[in-house]
Amino acid sequence: MKTLLLLALRSAWNRRLTLGMTLAAVALSSLLLLGVERLRADLRASFAMSVSGVDLVVGARGSPVQLMLYSVFRMGEVAQNMSWASVQWLAQLPGVAWTVPVSLGDSHRGFPVLGTTAAYFDHFRYGDRRPLRLASGERFDGLFETVLGAEVAERFGLLPGAKITLAHGSGDGPAPEHGDKPFVVTGILERTGTPVDRTLHISLESMEALHLEWVGGAPIPGLSIPPQHVRKFDLTPKSVTAVLVGLDNRGAVFGLQREIAAFRPEPLMGVLPGVALDELWQLVAVAERYAQLVSMLVVAVGLTGLVAVILAGLNERRRELAILRSVGARPRDVFALLAFEGVAVTALGAAVGALLVGVLAALAAPWLQAHYGLALRPGMPGAAEWRLLGGIVGVGALASLVPGWRAYRLSLADGMTPRL
Amino acid sequence: MAELAVELADLRFAWPGQAHPCVEIAAFSVARGESVFLHGDSGSGKSTLLALLGGVLVPQAGSVRVLGTELTQLSAGGRDRFRVDHTGFVFQQFNLIPYLSMQENVLLPCRFSVRRRQRALERSPTLGDECRRLLAELDLAPSLWQRPVTQLSVGQQQRVAAARALIGEPELVIADEPTSALDATRQAAFLDLLARECRQAGATLIFVSHDRRLAAHCDRSLAMADLQRAVAPA
Repeated sequence: MKTLLLLALRSAWNRRLTLGMTLAAVALSSLLLLGVERLRADLRASFAMSVSGVDLVVGARGSPVQLMLYSVFRMGEVAQNMSWASVQWLAQLPGVAWTVPVSLGDSHRGFPVLGTTAAYFDHFRYGDRRPLRLASGERFDGLFETVLGAEVAERFGLLPGAKITLAHGSGDGPAPEHGDKPFVVTGILERTGTPVDRTLHISLESMEALHLEWVGGAPIPGLSIPPQHVRKFDLTPKSVTAVLVGLDNRGAVFGLQREIAAFRPEPLMGVLPGVALDELWQLVAVAERYAQLVSMLVVAVGLTGLVAVILAGLNERRRELAILRSVGARPRDVFALLAFEGVAVTALGAAVGALLVGVLAALAAPWLQAHYGLALRPGMPGAAEWRLLGGIVGVGALASLVPGWRAYRLSLADGMTPRL
Repeated sequence: MAELAVELADLRFAWPGQAHPCVEIAAFSVARGESVFLHGDSGSGKSTLLALLGGVLVPQAGSVRVLGTELTQLSAGGRDRFRVDHTGFVFQQFNLIPYLSMQENVLLPCRFSVRRRQRALERSPTLGDECRRLLAELDLAPSLWQRPVTQLSVGQQQRVAAARALIGEPELVIADEPTSALDATRQAAFLDLLARECRQAGATLIFVSHDRRLAAHCDRSLAMADLQRAVAPA
């Protein structure tokens, strides 16, 4: 056995270029399969941990998934806001423990600005019901003050006391600046690994003040209200994007949902975050399945290439196998020699692929974190990835039986003189 | 202990799908320690006969006794073990495994056979010593020993193959056209060397070639055609 192993290794080393290329193919295809799985699992986990403790997200009637994506993950947009009157109605409903209105639409150099109330810092939870904590400074209190997510502060090197200007719109492309009304950074939140890290938090009143002289998304020409005068205006928000709602008793959530749906003055909806996420995953599942299917096919291509390379090499090795037969190697030793090669290359390739996934995840994690607030887990493969790795090696082992079997047949037929 | 190294009786072997037997021998025997020169043209069944003697092929009929053991009675695995325990082979050319060192090539039989290893260790303190003893005996200078086997001349390669056939003192050495890739003077020298080493080790040598000029170096010379004809009383 030891002899065979040594022979297999020496023989493989002798053909290291071809086998190396084959190994690379298996490694890359494994990388694809495992990478798709890693991305899939981590994105789900990351989405799921981005919001907790919120029982309902309420907004203007429309797509629940869109409302969730926008209000919690700052992705996409919603067509309709809900009126401030509706927010007030919602807050006084029996069973409602707290409400946190959120208003989106502005940005700072690509990072979203969230208008909200101080209650946001009290009630928002992420991950395992962890509250938001300030790493430095304090919450916003007055107008034109902002609390930064960890990522925003780090990216631009902002500390409490710094002054920044916000821009209207999502920040993609040239957006009109709110240059006349700079904001002061009052505090910076601890890193959460959620979209909160990418967010600039301001009060709803600040949000309103920014847009005093704006109509329909553009400043009214010639009208400019200096910051010192905005207090003379009524800064009560006219509308918000959504309201995060916490209940005294979670069991009441469906009743409240119905009540919201039946609200007369304005068409509203209440979305259960978990249900909306499930809906999102169902939408994504089709694409996921295609990605998985394609990556499985790529693995199949890689393993087919491996078998083809070993089979192609077999003809040149018939002489070698005959010599081994003459010194006492049994046909099944010849079988083992060839099959081992395939198994070893597959296992090594899959291992390299898994390693690459870890490395790439580590490299891509900061980028995903910065751009989407999504956490990618670097390092060891998860349970599903181990299963896939096992699958790759298993299929590779099965495929390796082909050259093994062929060598077995050849060595029986050739005896000690290959008939080439 | 059997007196005969090889004893064939009523042997018949045909390759699958072929009507005419490739080898058909009524009787043939080789005494222990004898060196036999077997000549025949290509297609005369020489290589098939050697594969039968090696137990790689099994005849459809008849008996193949090697050193008193009836090979047809052994299992496939038994024949594989018997082959390496008792027989050394030298082939036409490309005798060596390219990715192994000279010493690893020579020691291959000792890796597959406990008996060959033990017998090698009876002669020398270590396998490496025995390998070097044989290589020196076969006129391979120590300066060559570390060289990759693919860089050796054909003649040198054949002598390494001879060392592999002889290590662990198998009772039977079978050489299948081992000189056909060598020039005339080297052919005779190689055969002399092989015959001398076999004699020293007390091994039986069966040397097969299409070139009957080499026959003089062996105790006995036979034509494959005569062997085959012996059974066909047409």
